[in-house]
Amino acid sequence: MTNSPQTPGLAAARLPAETIIAGFANYDPAMQPHEAAVAADRCYFCFDAPCVAACPTDIDIPLFIRQIATGTPEAAAVTILSSNILGGMCARVCPTETLCEGSCVRETAEGKPVEIGRLQRYATDVAMQSPQPFARDTATGKRVAVVGAGPSGLAAAHRLAMRGHDVTIFEARPKPGGLNEYGIAAYKATGQFALREIDWLLGIGGITLECDTALGRDVSLETLRRDFDAVFLGVGLGGVNDAGLGAPNGVLRDAVDFIAELRQTADLSALPVGRDVVVIGGGMTAVDAAVQSRLLGAENVTIVYRRGQDRMSASGHEQDHATASGVRIRTNAAPVALHRNGSGAEIEFAYTEDGPSGLQHLAETFRLPADQVLSAIGQRLSVMPDGLIVAGGKIAVTGPGRSALPGVWAGGDCTDEGEDLTVSAVAQGRDAAEDIHAWLMGKDHG
Amino acid sequence: MADLRSNFVGIKSPNPFWLASAPPTDKEYNVRRAYEAGWGGVVWKTLGAEGPPVVNVNGPRYGVVYGADRRVLGLNNIELITDRPLEVNLREIKQVKRDWPDRALVISLMVPCDEDSWKSILKAIEDTGADGVELNFGCPHGMSERGMGSAVGQVPEYIEMVTRWVKQYSRMPCIVKLTPNIADIRKPAEAAKRGGADAVSLINTINSITSVDLDLFAPQPTIDGKGAHGGYCGPAVKPIALNMVAEIARSAETRGLPISGIGGVTTWRDAAEFMALGAGNVQVCTAAMTYGFKVVQEMISGLGQYLDEKEIALSDLIGRAVPNVTDWQYLNLNYTTKAQIDQDLCIKCGRCYAACEDTSHQAIAMLPGRVFEVKDDECVACNLCVDVCPVEDCITMRELPLGETDPRTGRRVDGFGNWTTHPNNPMAKAAE
Repeated sequence: MTNSPQTPGLAAARLPAETIIAGFANYDPAMQPHEAAVAADRCYFCFDAPCVAACPTDIDIPLFIRQIATGTPEAAAVTILSSNILGGMCARVCPTETLCEGSCVRETAEGKPVEIGRLQRYATDVAMQSPQPFARDTATGKRVAVVGAGPSGLAAAHRLAMRGHDVTIFEARPKPGGLNEYGIAAYKATGQFALREIDWLLGIGGITLECDTALGRDVSLETLRRDFDAVFLGVGLGGVNDAGLGAPNGVLRDAVDFIAELRQTADLSALPVGRDVVVIGGGMTAVDAAVQSRLLGAENVTIVYRRGQDRMSASGHEQDHATASGVRIRTNAAPVALHRNGSGAEIEFAYTEDGPSGLQHLAETFRLPADQVLSAIGQRLSVMPDGLIVAGGKIAVTGPGRSALPGVWAGGDCTDEGEDLTVSAVAQGRDAAEDIHAWLMGKDHG
Repeated sequence: MADLRSNFVGIKSPNPFWLASAPPTDKEYNVRRAYEAGWGGVVWKTLGAEGPPVVNVNGPRYGVVYGADRRVLGLNNIELITDRPLEVNLREIKQVKRDWPDRALVISLMVPCDEDSWKSILKAIEDTGADGVELNFGCPHGMSERGMGSAVGQVPEYIEMVTRWVKQYSRMPCIVKLTPNIADIRKPAEAAKRGGADAVSLINTINSITSVDLDLFAPQPTIDGKGAHGGYCGPAVKPIALNMVAEIARSAETRGLPISGIGGVTTWRDAAEFMALGAGNVQVCTAAMTYGFKVVQEMISGLGQYLDEKEIALSDLIGRAVPNVTDWQYLNLNYTTKAQIDQDLCIKCGRCYAACEDTSHQAIAMLPGRVFEVKDDECVACNLCVDVCPVEDCITMRELPLGETDPRTGRRVDGFGNWTTHPNNPMAKAAE
């Protein structure tokens, strides 16, 4: 008995295995050398380029593109990686249309920016065929603990190792990578890219990785502060917000769990998905969950967002990708109840109105059939060690990631400076590392 | 559409676009295809003296300079004159000319620099029905080392002598093809005229090494680890060719000598520019070698459209820009312009700023919000900002009217005045 998109309830293998494999493989293919040369030639090499100003990691984009144009993608990669050691992943996941490409003067001129993201991927793909290109400075004898092997932690660890410090990364999950490994859509980082990038990055040496070691469970901040010269917290947001539909059950599930399971499933034909999938939320997680549900063979996938489309945090490009993948986006509707009926369920939404006094639920409601409801309405901190100050539910930091505790820095999504972007997390990890380095090597510090 | 029929030194062709003597015109098959595509004429690839033909290298013959997207900007070749037996070429020429009587067919010739050799080759081609001969005094490699090609073209006395022989032993129109590998192009043109040439054609290819293989450390194209200079042609040489054509067109000694313009003609516009500078027709090679013979169709339609829009005849175009080619000393030094940036068109790339600030006159201000503005009191009107701006017509040059004060100099714009009468010129003569 073969399943199809119309098979009721949760079912695996709704599509032939090769269709599923192709669907997850075919997003934004890599550039070939000639394509890269042509794309690179479009760069105007702007003075004080707007794209650089728009990049959270300040990559010298005109320079790296010129290096590609002249046949030296290896040099281009060094330009990229010296600002952003996770330039390979960022090339895949950055919302470039709102960052570098969004500010490209050719976007202004023609509505067609230089393909900065794909060019960056081209250069970093070349670079990753060789060991990571940075050397360590003379050993300082200092030891730094990094909590969390996500983008900010990895960026901090690499920069600290480069500066000659010894780093231990404590990671709660069985594998490093954070959202790179567990959180982003599989089709954006195919071929175990996240893990390959980390292996490559750790090649600098001086970094010890301790997985399955969670802050607050297996290790305390107090111990880390005692045992290490400095601590960097890049713990991300381990908790999820509650949609108010009750505890997760056979129908309702957190989108982040769905994506994490998908990312860790080798054979996607074995992963069940609903016939009618409803995703609640308006961000990238919602889009990633919805698109991947379609790729697994769900017949009807609907993203429902409580406010207007202009308030969705998923970029226009992401929204277009979702709709092009067959996902329907409905806005101004908030979930009010989940009705179970036999094997399936219906989810009931109230129409909403976003006014000066906030979001109002209107009296009128509608229901959508739902074998699977994926909640993607935001994440929150899951741990908050004593002594840290909280702002907006996140760790408050000042300057380059300094927390309220001396010798403790933080960066990435867990901080109030976080923008929920991989590239911002990398920038914060890198900048905190430089600040830690200055602090450790300062005159007033032994 | 405008009448494009051409009569160049008595040689008629349906349009002024000829294929130059080069690889595309080496044999009947190619020439037939060229005529079928619409070419007005061809200059058959250079014939040598009777006897065993020359041999070519068996490795690569061409080197290339690329622009964006592998666009061919310049081509260098080390091919020699035809390497096919003379009698085969003559038989084919005769057949082709018989089948295509309305098209021009000129034979390019290069034989040793003695009277008998020229007398004998002219006799050999007599009954082919060809419309004329072109003397290849330009080929810069291979043949020049044997005392032919540019070895002749670089010595005006030889040009004159050989041209005289040709005119003596042949009734055909004689076009002398000039090498650009010479200090003053007017000298060989004058020599050709003295020898009785009906026209000159230029330019032949320029001595060049297009690139160096940085692994082999050898020039490209590389033949068994070595490279020789070749002849450079294609769009990159057009500016050099235009200048040389203009020099001959405006020189008192050679004025009126018909010119067949050669050098990087790729589009109708290139052809029109050559003709405006005095060329009676144009010859093309690299564009055909890059894109095939079909390119002539764009040249025909484009030139026709242009003439229609200008409401002028082809003959009106020829030489029309020559009176405006002058020497620097006669340029109006009181003509004053200022760059101005159209803020609506500006895409804020800042290239004008970088160019002006780093390499020129610090005459562009970068204001908050990436607004770029010309400082009139610094702008010398050099035009570099216009040249580097990626947006057409975003930066333009505004002419200051007579009497307006130039904020840079504080002086009012005066009437015509050139260097010959300028007070700073020690050789200036006061106006009588």
